[in-house]
Amino acid sequence: MGQTIVEKIFSEHCGKKVKAGEIVIAKIDLALAQDGTGPLTIKQIEKLGVERLANPRGAVFFIDHASPSPRKELSNDHMLIREFTRKTGAILSDIGDGVCHQVINERFNCPGYILIGADSHTVTGGALGAFATGMGSTDVAIGMAYGKNWFRVPETFYFNLKGGFPRGVYGKDLILYIIGMIGADGATYKAMEFGGEALPNIIMSERLTIANMSVEAGAKCGIFPTDEITRGFLKEYGREDKFREIKPDPDAEYEKIFEINLSDLKPMVAMPHTVDNVRPIDHPDLKNVEVHQIFLGSCTNGRIEDLRVAASIIKGKKKHPRVRMIVVPASRDVYRRALKEGLLEIFNDFGASINNPGCGPCCGVHQGILGDGEVALATSNRNFKGRMGNPEALVYLASPATAAASAVTGMITDPREFI
Amino acid sequence: MLKGKAWKFGDDISTDLIAPGRYYHLRSNLPELAKHVLEDARKEFAGSMNKGDFIVAGKNFGLGSSREHAAIIIKLAGVSAVLAKSFARIFYRNAINVGLPVIICDTDKINERDELEVDLSKGIIKNLTSGETLTFPPLPDIMTEILKEGGVVSYLQKYGDFKI
Repeated sequence: MGQTIVEKIFSEHCGKKVKAGEIVIAKIDLALAQDGTGPLTIKQIEKLGVERLANPRGAVFFIDHASPSPRKELSNDHMLIREFTRKTGAILSDIGDGVCHQVINERFNCPGYILIGADSHTVTGGALGAFATGMGSTDVAIGMAYGKNWFRVPETFYFNLKGGFPRGVYGKDLILYIIGMIGADGATYKAMEFGGEALPNIIMSERLTIANMSVEAGAKCGIFPTDEITRGFLKEYGREDKFREIKPDPDAEYEKIFEINLSDLKPMVAMPHTVDNVRPIDHPDLKNVEVHQIFLGSCTNGRIEDLRVAASIIKGKKKHPRVRMIVVPASRDVYRRALKEGLLEIFNDFGASINNPGCGPCCGVHQGILGDGEVALATSNRNFKGRMGNPEALVYLASPATAAASAVTGMITDPREFI
Repeated sequence: MLKGKAWKFGDDISTDLIAPGRYYHLRSNLPELAKHVLEDARKEFAGSMNKGDFIVAGKNFGLGSSREHAAIIIKLAGVSAVLAKSFARIFYRNAINVGLPVIICDTDKINERDELEVDLSKGIIKNLTSGETLTFPPLPDIMTEILKEGGVVSYLQKYGDFKI
């Protein structure tokens, strides 16, 4: 019997052929932690009594969640991270460098890697054909200290994608559609593997969005095979030499197969307070929903392609007076490109507030906490009660196009009216 | 043997409900963070629960963020185990890693304030209020061993490596 992508990657990292369901010890190529989980990772490495990391250049610490620091307690956590990276030779990505999941894929992650991260959205790395998964601080501490950890090789759900995205429909709409279909626990413990003849129509920024939200269906990873799009992305960042072919065997064994035709999709919105509470944009539940805050950014949708789509919709317009719009480029590189392409000028003229690269208001720490009863439409990945800092607020999730159209009208709006 | 009262919670209790983002600055002060455990799901929980009590929830407990702090503060608050119909993947593993027992069972059979007695090694829950007995499947060996040592750090300190 053939192997899925995940079974192949684990086999390479265990030195033997493995299959789904096995519990194995695997080598870790790359591990990350951020400022919310990194301090505990560091304390656990110290508790393990390990002074030299197994592979310091494969251990990356990001200061992106509370960045720049809004409080002294967090400033002290940041000091701990800076001191630890200086002492051990681990890599530091400091304030303004960007969201961990964007930067790790621009600069570090490679096809065929095992990447673990003390952040659930580490699954984003599956877009490059890596096994990438989120773990707790202690598991990541073990990975950094010993260069290995134990895993259960997951069974795989295969998503056979056909057709192409219609006008105004993007990777975000596809993954929201999938989560709505299978539920927030529909893929718990499973790998989600994406394939099919639609792949040449799904650019890397969309793949990163799709992989990013696989965890919102409970998945252990969301993974793509590699192709010319993967090669092109690596080349863009001067890393073409890291390209290698990653694909499943033709007779790989899948636990479930889903067929989806992208051409049938509409813009989708996740309603409060769970990510699987999904409706198509023309559903009656989304009629006349007034919005107070639009957030364009995050590891889900803060890439240059996302900013371009949004800018093309708002160009020459003014935001609705009720709305405030917060734009956060996902990385320093995205920021530089947006600046060069004149996108930041378009957002500024529209009346948006542009913040430094980082996680922004997504995780409810700072930079846009909602008031009681306020409604946000965000391009990020979670709308749990309290997520954006206030349990009395409501968060809707959608694509950058839907966010931009809604910023113009002040209501949740079908972006196809603007494209 | 674990003994305490049941505190019922619904489906999809996220780590944002367990350890809200607005207390981000308390993550390096876990005893303080523990005072807010599950505050956005049941405001009275942290202040009113007694040591040894159980969290009894629906499906997909602990979904969302990988923050291990969520599992740690449940343990620090004195909860003896979390019982749920199912768990999100990262939370489940974190709980074992920090020595917090997590049990998959039919929680519809347990009501608010029921007195429970749980035998982890035998996989038996006795509902002393209803008189009913529930069973649950054992953990994979490696997880049983980690839990027995009180968490993965003590496990590795003892054995030096994973025994698989």
